Amino acid sequence: MSLTSEDLPSDFPAAVALKKRPAAGPWVTAWRKLRRDRAAMAALGVLVLVLLLCLLATAYARHVAHTDPFVSNISGSFTLDGVTRPVLEPSTTGLGLGFTPIGPTWDIYGYFLGADNQGRDVAARILYGGRNSLLIAGVSALICLVLATMIGVVAGFMGGIIDAVLSRLLDVLWAFPIYLLAISLSIVLISKGFDIGPISITSGSLWLPIFIIGIVYVPYVARPIRGEVLSLKSSEFVLAAIGLGVPSLRILWKDILPNVMTRVIVFVPIMIALNMLTESALSFLSIGVQAPDASWGTIIQDGQTMLYTRPIVALAPGLAIVITVLALNVLGDGVRDALDPKSKRRIGSA
Amino acid sequence: MVSMIVRRLAQMAFVMFGISVVVFLIFFATPGADPASRIAGRNASPETLEAVRRDFGLDRPVPVQYVIMMKRLFITQDLTSFVNRGQKVVPSVMGAVPVTLSLVIGAAVLWVIGGIVVGVLAAAWRGSVLDRGLMIVGLIGVSMPVFWLGEMMNLVSQSRFHDSFLFSWVPGLGYTPLTQNPFGWFKALVIPWMTLSVLYIGLYGRVLRASLIEASQEDYIRTARSKGLSETQLLLRHALRTSLITFVTLFGLDFGALVGGGALLTEVVFGLQGVGKLTYDALQNLDLPMIMATVIYASFFVVTANFLVDLLYAFLDPRVRQDA
Repeated sequence: MSLTSEDLPSDFPAAVALKKRPAAGPWVTAWRKLRRDRAAMAALGVLVLVLLLCLLATAYARHVAHTDPFVSNISGSFTLDGVTRPVLEPSTTGLGLGFTPIGPTWDIYGYFLGADNQGRDVAARILYGGRNSLLIAGVSALICLVLATMIGVVAGFMGGIIDAVLSRLLDVLWAFPIYLLAISLSIVLISKGFDIGPISITSGSLWLPIFIIGIVYVPYVARPIRGEVLSLKSSEFVLAAIGLGVPSLRILWKDILPNVMTRVIVFVPIMIALNMLTESALSFLSIGVQAPDASWGTIIQDGQTMLYTRPIVALAPGLAIVITVLALNVLGDGVRDALDPKSKRRIGSA
Repeated sequence: MVSMIVRRLAQMAFVMFGISVVVFLIFFATPGADPASRIAGRNASPETLEAVRRDFGLDRPVPVQYVIMMKRLFITQDLTSFVNRGQKVVPSVMGAVPVTLSLVIGAAVLWVIGGIVVGVLAAAWRGSVLDRGLMIVGLIGVSMPVFWLGEMMNLVSQSRFHDSFLFSWVPGLGYTPLTQNPFGWFKALVIPWMTLSVLYIGLYGRVLRASLIEASQEDYIRTARSKGLSETQLLLRHALRTSLITFVTLFGLDFGALVGGGALLTEVVFGLQGVGKLTYDALQNLDLPMIMATVIYASFFVVTANFLVDLLYAFLDPRVRQDA
């Protein structure tokens, strides 16, 4: 829905201004609105910061912490303030068996957040894991939105039998509990990989979680988009275009799609947030990102076994998820208000 | 009303059929590996593989395989696990249902009360510090991975502060049946209930606030206000009642989704042997027959719950009956 000068009261100064110069496009208007939303801008800042930090993972691991976060370092040692300590210290509690990895040194030059039970630097792993978490959440959101938009637009615009078939298919997927669908797909695909024609995905590939998370939420987006297309189809400007004899592909391209796009954009931050939570859950269940790769979810899982001795290993990646998802949700609120103030939405139902 | 029920029943049957086909295709027809070796689990002997092929009719056409599978799941219910040799799958699922129901029902009570309190307070003091604070806390609740929150709850209540008066009553992880020890049941579930409900309190509080604010601009509220009703009465007796329709719909969907697998992560973190934990254990052992059973039964539960919500919705909102 685009905002025009008609939507503003006539005595509103902007309305006068808008009438005089060529009207700013809907995207520009929305961006201006978003820029005035301080919470959304702060959230965007946080997201950029998180992204930058994660992109610096390699540099941090190589040049600051001098560690390889993918190689276990069980018998290694490190020096802090002139004292050399082993990375895994013998347990002092219980029977004295086993080892406890060192806790946080709060020193960015090594083991800032301590080590995990393979002696790997947790801080560096969180930066690396964040890259995967963000990548999976982002790409699967893209896949989901593209698929959902295609399905929603085709179903809504074509109507008839195509709509009936697509809608029934969405009904079935909609009723399927998200985690069970994801688990079913994962267990079949993760163990052996996926091999169909030219597409071949090995079992440890990041594409598996991306693909699985990308498709499970398609009905949640496709349904409202189909509804939007249906209502657009009976709107006056589309009826007018039909009456003028405009070819339907042109109507689809020029009238329907641009109006649906605002709705799709509103979904972007929300879907990334939802996908990030889903990815962490799947990785925690060991059916998401596979070792030796890491994501925030797998690091929480690593930390589970030493939750009471070294809680930071599970705590820190969880906090990273909360901060990132919270920022995405705040940004999502802002984007929705800027683009589509009337819509209501629903997130997080998984 | 009757025609609507019949129509929805038919739709429900269709969706259940669709889900069973999707599950079947995922497990039996995904390219990549031989379904027999998937079902038989890791390191299965050639004899086991041969037995699986025979039992599941894997040498026969795909539609026949589907029928055999459904028969073994629903009619004869003799599907057995290959990892835990001879364990009947369907009775195991049924045995785990009370645990999941205990968890989800308790959490539902908490989140309905919490959601209404948060939504009403925020709407009543709209724009105030209280409103903003509640909405931010709600958004944080929505943004937390539930399994991580559960771990942090465990860390606090089982380890770090377990010896303080606040959490010394918390029993070790696990489930106590209600029939055996009602108080033990309650104590074992309080922390899991709180963990599971946080997300939904945030979500429902936000939805209810939006819906109350929307309702406050409706004509009937203006009429009621001009009759001289107090703002409290307006909010609680008029606006809240209509807003609860949305609330009920959401509730039915979420309740169904949680029983049908959404509570899995909470069950895993707190060691509650419910359907979700059963699925999780099967996942760790690659026990496919068990996963198939939990997935199918749980999805059917969700579909049934959705059907009941639709009926309830039609009952609450006469306009829905008219349209049908």
